[in-house]
Amino acid sequence: MLEAIRNKVAIAGVGVAGLGQAHGYTEMELLAQAATKAVADAGLNMSDIDGIATCSSSATMWAMPVIEYLGVKPAFIDSTMLGGSSFLAHLLPAMHAIVSGQCTTVLVCYGSTQRTATFGRKEGVKARALLDPQPYEQPYQPLSPITSYALAAQRHMFQYGTTRRQLAEVAVAARQWAGLNPEAFMRDPLSIEEVLEARMISDPFTIRDCCLVTDGAGAYVLMASDRARQLQRKPVYVSGSATAVWNRQISAMHDLTVTAASESGPRAMQMAGVSHKDIDLIQLYDAFTINVLLFLEDLGFCAKGEGGAFVENGGIAPGGHTPVNTNGGGLSCVHPGMYGIFTLIEAVRQLRAEAGERQVPQASIALIHGNGGTLSSQSTAILSREPT
Amino acid sequence: MTDDIKGPEARYFEKLAQGIFEIQRCATCREHQFFPRALCVHCGSTQLDWVKPSGAGTVYSYSVVRRKPEAGGDYNVILVDLDEGVRLMSCIDKGDENGIFIGQKVSARVALRNGAGVVVFDAAEVTDA
Repeated sequence: MLEAIRNKVAIAGVGVAGLGQAHGYTEMELLAQAATKAVADAGLNMSDIDGIATCSSSATMWAMPVIEYLGVKPAFIDSTMLGGSSFLAHLLPAMHAIVSGQCTTVLVCYGSTQRTATFGRKEGVKARALLDPQPYEQPYQPLSPITSYALAAQRHMFQYGTTRRQLAEVAVAARQWAGLNPEAFMRDPLSIEEVLEARMISDPFTIRDCCLVTDGAGAYVLMASDRARQLQRKPVYVSGSATAVWNRQISAMHDLTVTAASESGPRAMQMAGVSHKDIDLIQLYDAFTINVLLFLEDLGFCAKGEGGAFVENGGIAPGGHTPVNTNGGGLSCVHPGMYGIFTLIEAVRQLRAEAGERQVPQASIALIHGNGGTLSSQSTAILSREPT
Repeated sequence: MTDDIKGPEARYFEKLAQGIFEIQRCATCREHQFFPRALCVHCGSTQLDWVKPSGAGTVYSYSVVRRKPEAGGDYNVILVDLDEGVRLMSCIDKGDENGIFIGQKVSARVALRNGAGVVVFDAAEVTDA
């Protein structure tokens, strides 16, 4: 029973580095900076780390150079690569390892220089097409991954009457939150009209329906809750965690309006023993505006097809009925290739009441959700200020 | 393994290069599947037959990729549900990029590009009932 390890493991520290542009740094250097900050935030030393979870979009054996670089000797190693959801999918295996005594302190870490590196996002997409081919889709040149999400958006619009204006609401809300976050990459005001009139990339998406391409690194430290309570920071409890994958290719997805979040969400909430009314804030992987509608629906915050109405009139913006992506999300804060770890870091800051101008009052339980591939992997977690 | 026995992927593309579009149908549960696999995704059987689909399908979703004219101009990407119950990514080969709609009836054809076969679709003839 997964309920047996509910709240048994906590996040003791978080760290970020190189958000936005990090000219002159390697992704390992950014990762190490974020890792160092997370370990220090927990009041620990790197020598206390005896478990590691990390992965990379390009290096298939990434855990080894990370272990070598940080100088740790972990008894627990997880390098599961599920795209952007990976660093939330790393939660549950790490919890098992800590509870069973395999290790005591797990560092989860990621870094990317996809914006500024000579071998950046564009080159990475080309290399992946060779190393990890998708011969049934590539002949048609879908923009990777934009067109796949555009196909889902178009279907959602057809099936439920969702409008481009409703999608734009997601981008505008993200920008308003980003305006309250000094770490965010794009903070200038953005209007619905500006989203709609921006350069069309892959119908129905303009460039403003698409996430940023930035550098950045994030890291967090997990340990047993009873040990974390003795450290300098108030621990944030991992109450529930679940991951689901149904497909890789968008063309292999059964229904483009229903993602595996409809499986990971209920499993994570059951493990945590919480219901929707308990959730104070939500962090969703917003690679594209449609993601937020799909996940709000699949995670049960509104009925299928009602995501557009849910976000209308600033529903998820500052001052709206539901705080979503309070850092500005992948759309306006940071998106270094795989964004998932930043949903967790923002939730931790909110639950510690360290979020400054964007602080959600009395935030005690957060739902965070990561997505990977082309709506392919879905990972949900429930984090809480006090044990649920 | 002898040289003339190939895996499903190699066989699929070899036929396609000859202008022949075939998909798999499970000999055990009779379900069709796409893309070709070494097992039936419905029942796990490895007894798979190759069949020629009717070619008739319906647009499930679409997107037009916007590209500068000097880079080749706009092009479309569609998902098609074949009448056999399988879905594949493709494109509408000729016709109005902006006239594509979900629910549109289309029919499959194999186009040859640089020696490789590619399944593309044409808008189905609209006949007055």
